[in-house]
Amino acid sequence: MIQSIERSSAVLRLLAAGPDRLRVKEVADALGLPKSTAHGILRTLEQVGFVEQDPRTARYRLGRGLLDLANVGLDVNELRSRALDWADALAGRTVEAVRIGVLQGASVRVVHHVFRPDDTTQAMDTGLVVPAHATSLGKVLLAYDVTALARGGLDPYTRKTVTAPREFARALAEVRAQGWGSAVEEWEPGRAGIAAPVRTYGGLVVGAIGIYGPVERICDGRLRPRTALVEQVCATAHAISRDLAGPRR
Amino acid sequence: MTSPERYILAIDQGTTSTRCILFDRRATVVAVARAEHPQSYPRPGWVEHDAARIWRDTQRLIARAMRSAGIGASQVAAIGIANQRETTVVWDRATGVPVAPAIGWPDTRTSSLASALDPALIGAKTGLQPATYFSATKVQWLLDHIPGLRARAEKGEVLFGTMDSWLIWNLTGGREHLTDVTNASRTMLMDLSTLAWDASLLDVCTIPQAMLPSIRSSSEVYGAASSVLPGVPIAAAMGDQQAALFGQTCFAAGDAKCTYGTGGFLLMNTGSTPVRSTHGLLTTVGYRIGSDPVAYALEGSIAVAGSLVQWVRDGLGLIGTASEIETLAGTVADNGGCYIVPAFSGLFAPHWRSEARGVIVGLTSYITKGHLARAVLEATGWQTREVVDAMNADSGLALTALNVDGGMTADNMLMQIIADVLDVPVVRPMVAETVSLGAAYAAGLAVGYWSDLQDLRNNRHRAGRWLPAMEATRRAAEYRKWQRAVDAAVLFSSVGDHGQT
Repeated sequence: MIQSIERSSAVLRLLAAGPDRLRVKEVADALGLPKSTAHGILRTLEQVGFVEQDPRTARYRLGRGLLDLANVGLDVNELRSRALDWADALAGRTVEAVRIGVLQGASVRVVHHVFRPDDTTQAMDTGLVVPAHATSLGKVLLAYDVTALARGGLDPYTRKTVTAPREFARALAEVRAQGWGSAVEEWEPGRAGIAAPVRTYGGLVVGAIGIYGPVERICDGRLRPRTALVEQVCATAHAISRDLAGPRR
Repeated sequence: MTSPERYILAIDQGTTSTRCILFDRRATVVAVARAEHPQSYPRPGWVEHDAARIWRDTQRLIARAMRSAGIGASQVAAIGIANQRETTVVWDRATGVPVAPAIGWPDTRTSSLASALDPALIGAKTGLQPATYFSATKVQWLLDHIPGLRARAEKGEVLFGTMDSWLIWNLTGGREHLTDVTNASRTMLMDLSTLAWDASLLDVCTIPQAMLPSIRSSSEVYGAASSVLPGVPIAAAMGDQQAALFGQTCFAAGDAKCTYGTGGFLLMNTGSTPVRSTHGLLTTVGYRIGSDPVAYALEGSIAVAGSLVQWVRDGLGLIGTASEIETLAGTVADNGGCYIVPAFSGLFAPHWRSEARGVIVGLTSYITKGHLARAVLEATGWQTREVVDAMNADSGLALTALNVDGGMTADNMLMQIIADVLDVPVVRPMVAETVSLGAAYAAGLAVGYWSDLQDLRNNRHRAGRWLPAMEATRRAAEYRKWQRAVDAAVLFSSVGDHGQT
């Protein structure tokens, strides 16, 4: 048994049973814990959204995160806001367009789009819904989604779209093994993408960030994603994840 | 053989924090060092800064930025400064010690002094409306309240400066006492046409000329740094909003930028002759490069933008974080006929009704918190539209695109709403730090790091662009409803006729 989980459960039960909001000392006294231990547990539970602290009285109560446990707890617009500067920097360094996506049913919804910094005319893709199984963003999101295989069919978009379930499962396993994913001409001919998962506390994947552009720029001569670009995408995803798992601003 | 890469150091001395950023030739950020500093509120309406601490922070941050980039002083081509405007420091010329805490721009202790000023005289000379923001009454207050200070000021023993002057004086080891035209234009003491201190205004505010810095352009070598980065030229200074205008490369008449934070600051470049506003906007200096003609600007502020979202979060508790306003607004297709006029402390340009208070109108049982959230975002859009309409009318120019920066540009729906209500594209640049970038650009130009304005323009890249997608008839109908909501706010608050302020 893991003691900290037992103690956290006891703290939650205590808060659920009490009619009022509780002070750290009340929690510590009720459970026979040192005050610093109770405080640490409450702060961690607050971080994951399971308890909330009243900023005026400093008392704790159950958090809204408990009401909707199926929700990952990060609003997509909050995700964009926290990722904004990192996404700009990725576009600047790679000189490619950057997109951030989240799963929406069997598809990917683009929640943020940074133009390729070359001053060509580009249309805003934010809000666009793209197929999950044929894009790098989607493959990364499906790789870390436990219900992925129960989702929609594998429609072909190009000759390269992966349509066989077994082959697709292998592709997702490869994404998990290497920590990033790519899709080369699987949705639109001549276009390729590289993406990596954005995680919050505990490793929960809340989105994917990636670059998307002409296949000759994204890939080398043998149509493999360029190593330098893969490193940039992964470093950006790590940086955003570190920020999301840190203290809330 | 190649010489080591050189960089420009920008210092952004803001209201709540100071930042030092190193930029390379492509205008990408190489290193950032940032520190917050406290403001003190010793009495209601008073806002003070510790100028000595800000100078200590600046030295520390410069060193930290240099370490983080792994470079030495010889690799810094120039230093540029952008600063919170109007905040007033008076210090002892001999010791360099401030004679009192700096009086911050939001400080309202001088409201009786400001209201005693003649708006016609101030407007004609400075392009400003008398207000507590500007430095003049703050200097006057210090001279009135610190025993013996006026006599010492007359003898030139104490010096006045805004934050740019304070930092330059310290950076040069007390050799240079100067300010740039953009900062000087916010003191309410500079004649906007001659770009010199105005004797009649100094007389009205009883401020001795001996304590004033000399007025220089925004982009020229003012002197060399002494202790920190010894020998590196200090080559630019600009007020922060003007620096953002410059950083957004708004170099042509009609180019405009809006910074969306708790409020909004919209500046439009109006070219080389000052445009006097008949709609209650401020006329100010945009920038001046060396001995080139001055670029003037019109400035309009949006009093309540992000702070309305904060109110929805903290005051109403409808959302947990500011970003969630967009999620909530996304639950409905339109505002359902609901409009919010956030006149929390009166209506600003072009209305100028200080007695007005906010209203929510159009409520029916159909209205949900989603409709309110949408009305919240639309309120920022329509306030922007009112300022843009006033600017277009004053300047005779028509805005063709709005360049945006600031925290609220992360709100995708808001950016689309602004494009829709203005009927022009809204453009977000790749470099978010437009204030620092503007200071860096001006400094780099002065030392030949960048060759000309076109060279700077080439660095500019769009990160995003929102195109108007609202039908003209619907835009017009919605604008009329917003204007009726504004009328309602004025009507609700008017007890008799308070007239204009």
